[in-house]
Amino acid sequence: MRVHLLAPDREFDGGATTGPFDAALIRDLELESTLSVMGGGDDHVQTVARSVLLADPPPPATVRYRQAIFADCLARAPAVAELRALALGALGDEREVWGFGESPESVLYRGTKLLALLLPRLRRLRELAVTQGAAFRSEGFQRLFSGVATDLDETYFRSVEDLLRQLRFPRGTLLALRLGAGNRGSEYSLRRPPEERRRWLRLPFVGRRSPFSFELGERDEAGRRALSELRDHGVASSAQALRQSTARLHAFFTQLRDELDFYLGGANLHARLVGAGLPVCVPEPLDPSPFGLSAQGLYDLSLALGGRTTVVPNDLDVASRPLVVITGANQGGKSTFLRSVGLAVLLAQAGLSVPARRFSTSVPRGVFTHFRREEDATMTSGKFEEELDRMRAIAGHLRPGSLLLANESFASTNEREGSEIAETVLRAFLDGGVRVVLVTHFFDLADRLRRIEPERALFLRAERSPEGHRTFRIVPGEPLPTGFGFDLYRQVFGPAESGASLTA
Amino acid sequence: MTARVDTSRPQPSDLEPRGSAPRGSTVAASDGPGRGDRDRTIEAASLLGPAPYTPPPTADATVLTDLNLDQAFRTITTGREEYDLLGIFSAPLLRARDVQYRQAVFRDLERPEVRASADGFAAALRTMRAARDRSTKMRNEFQRARWFLEAADQYCRAIRELSDALDRISPASDGFRSTATFLRGYRSSPAYRQLESETRQLVDELSRVRYGLLIQGDRITVRPFADDPDLGREIDGAFRRFRDEPIPDKGYRFPDHPEMNHVEESIQERVALLFPREFARLREYPSRHPEFVDPGVARLDREIQFFLAYLDAVAKLRGDGRICSYPEILDGTIEVSARATFDLALALQFSKRAMPIVPNDVQLSATERILVVTGPNNGGKTTFARMFGQLHHLAALGGPVPGESVRLALCDRVYTHFERGEAVADLRGKLLDELVRLRAILDRATPRSVLVLNETFGSATVQDGLHLGEEILRRVIDRGARCVYVTFLDELSTLAPSVVSVVSTVRPDDPAVRTYRLIRQPADGRAYAFALARKHGLTYEALRERFGS
Repeated sequence: MRVHLLAPDREFDGGATTGPFDAALIRDLELESTLSVMGGGDDHVQTVARSVLLADPPPPATVRYRQAIFADCLARAPAVAELRALALGALGDEREVWGFGESPESVLYRGTKLLALLLPRLRRLRELAVTQGAAFRSEGFQRLFSGVATDLDETYFRSVEDLLRQLRFPRGTLLALRLGAGNRGSEYSLRRPPEERRRWLRLPFVGRRSPFSFELGERDEAGRRALSELRDHGVASSAQALRQSTARLHAFFTQLRDELDFYLGGANLHARLVGAGLPVCVPEPLDPSPFGLSAQGLYDLSLALGGRTTVVPNDLDVASRPLVVITGANQGGKSTFLRSVGLAVLLAQAGLSVPARRFSTSVPRGVFTHFRREEDATMTSGKFEEELDRMRAIAGHLRPGSLLLANESFASTNEREGSEIAETVLRAFLDGGVRVVLVTHFFDLADRLRRIEPERALFLRAERSPEGHRTFRIVPGEPLPTGFGFDLYRQVFGPAESGASLTA
Repeated sequence: MTARVDTSRPQPSDLEPRGSAPRGSTVAASDGPGRGDRDRTIEAASLLGPAPYTPPPTADATVLTDLNLDQAFRTITTGREEYDLLGIFSAPLLRARDVQYRQAVFRDLERPEVRASADGFAAALRTMRAARDRSTKMRNEFQRARWFLEAADQYCRAIRELSDALDRISPASDGFRSTATFLRGYRSSPAYRQLESETRQLVDELSRVRYGLLIQGDRITVRPFADDPDLGREIDGAFRRFRDEPIPDKGYRFPDHPEMNHVEESIQERVALLFPREFARLREYPSRHPEFVDPGVARLDREIQFFLAYLDAVAKLRGDGRICSYPEILDGTIEVSARATFDLALALQFSKRAMPIVPNDVQLSATERILVVTGPNNGGKTTFARMFGQLHHLAALGGPVPGESVRLALCDRVYTHFERGEAVADLRGKLLDELVRLRAILDRATPRSVLVLNETFGSATVQDGLHLGEEILRRVIDRGARCVYVTFLDELSTLAPSVVSVVSTVRPDDPAVRTYRLIRQPADGRAYAFALARKHGLTYEALRERFGS
């Protein structure tokens, strides 16, 4: 009986570890606004969504496994909601038996009380599995429900009820010990007293006159303390087992809640986009090689969620080329496009809907961002050194199949130097099997890549209308020798006489 | 009374390593007349030197303080105070073959299997002592006997395991080989054999004693053990289906007060009724084996700790990426050479990350005797001087020393002269005091001595200082002793062919930064100025470029 809703073979580990580049990824892709929509006001849902989106990407088969579960969640929302409510209720029961004391006796007392509360929940879980399970189509839900139905049968419930009875010690506490160090007791264990009285109550081990029996004096307070210590010793192993058992139950329900919360987050985002009349699709996860990344009507989530009325959708097809170079006008939508690619890949590999009409991608082995940071320049290390340092750190984590989104990398030095370094770095990455989507305004760099990487590189350009206006569309096109900064100048300052000579 | 061998005569202090501190004489005594041949076979060997081992004289406390070795040795022996090891660390060996004897023991102990058995031996004896101490503190007769039995059991385990291990792994050193012989002899003595068999048997019997307790209100009943189902296991089995992976649980730890309370005593009384034979034998045990620790074993325990303490310190240094190696001890010619050696005290005090310590080379050829150290302040001159003295002391302890490719001849004594903070009030008195102390050193030094002199002559004029320095140094040269001489006066570095100049250096591109690297090169007070000039672009070449031609 396992909650394996995020992967067929393992549980979601809570995403406890934060990667060294998570913060950069969140900032560069403006992930927070997406996460906030996924959370829908529930911090826990948002946290889980963040963990899963940033976790190591699963293999394509697991992506499909999740997609099926996600479809179940969308189609059978009420049943899923009850399952989640059940988990939340069980986790809430612990607060009911809150109490002081970690002594074995008090742990035993609270543990049995908590179990008594959880038993009806487990019965309800079984009922849900039996009555609703058949409606679920996905492998993940089917396995969960059949596991519950098998493991939590009537025999099981009867044996747990009997255990709870035993732990109230109706016939005294029976311990087994071994003579230990210094002749003191050791290897204490709590035993189930035998049913038939004769076997263990035979002489001479019984009665007030027995030499093997003694009773504490009326006023023997020290003796009573000693006896309670002895009992604590005796029940410790059982108390520990009980504590572990309630922890197991806690882990089970936590797992159930966490994994359902992830899909709830996905459903929240899905509902918001559909509600806004925006297209969403189930992406197609592709094998890592050859590199596939293609989209129709891909749009940027953070712009769309920000309420922009006109979000320009773009198309893309890398057709196996591992390097995408995007050049073109400043403010022409290059960064937005890069971000939309990154977000779509993250959502796709997580198994959720993607903001596009159609989307397919190789599931990368990690998504990394290397964006220029104006604000990061410190006094101690120059901007350029900082960039180099950051790239070196990223390079240490890249593997074949990783996806690097680079935005104006090495642009904080002069064009010649920056281009030369960038070219070297990019070639090393490509040769190592890394996929790169690069935004650059360095003509020198783009042109070098055009000449030396005609097979491996795809060139896109921020489109400019014949009148010189930005369309915010990213279309195939080779790099042009200048940026379009003068366009902006003209937009701000009006037509200038010398404009012609500058853009020539 | 059982038959006993002489060496295990009852003597309470023999149980404590502390009581066995300088036990050279005890061994010598066992060689003396009046001993039968049978006793000879179990005579204890020493790991510290070839038999009969007599400890060498101890170095002056002030010398150890000046070299910062006192603090280093305190650090090294921390946690082993009960063995009283500082005496061994303070006494450098005088003969090359004695050093080689110890080096062989050290090398054996660097083999993991030898090390493991030495550690096991020490741990078992520590447990033995703790159990014995406990025994004496117990009020209850059975408990007293049980802890005493435990002590004897640990003792036998220590002997058995070390002896077996040494026989199995065949150590290379004479020290461990004779220890193995000693242990074999001791184990075959009738007294020990009886101790071991009785102990083993009783321990086994008692460990098989199990019983049940039924608690009903205030009534407790002791019952024979019956393997009724374990409720803890049943609970565990019932809930594993929710998560099979282990759940971290701190478990329960109960305060360990070894003494029974009266409820436990009442229980024990009744358990004794269930197992009358076992408890009767336990009651008799202590009087059958009142004293069981052999003095030779106690001494071995202490000696091993010297080696282990030393090697643990070396391991820490190596863990910090520093190099330690066995010095080659020269017999005949007097030379000193070491690559990448460093100050032991500093290295022990600071891990590599906390403070990088720059290693330095030391070199004195057969015709050279004196290193005159000059250079900018705070550049590591004094550290270099200390290091030179340390190297000679440490090499004579027999263990690995800081650095690699270390070769040196042993010295008869290390003398040090450092500025004394305390003492005399007026300047004249201060200078006088300094000269008096130097005089005392020069009077006693021989060609086999090592001198570490940090002259200050702080109260003298430069002219006086130069004169005094030259006088002192000439005497050192005449004496023929090895010496490292720290001074501010460049002139002293060219006084004689046997004098070598060593200079502390700065970073060429930033003269404000000391490299703590000391190199053999002519003393040149202007090197520092040149470096500063270069940093600010004021060298000849830079000026030419700037102005063009």
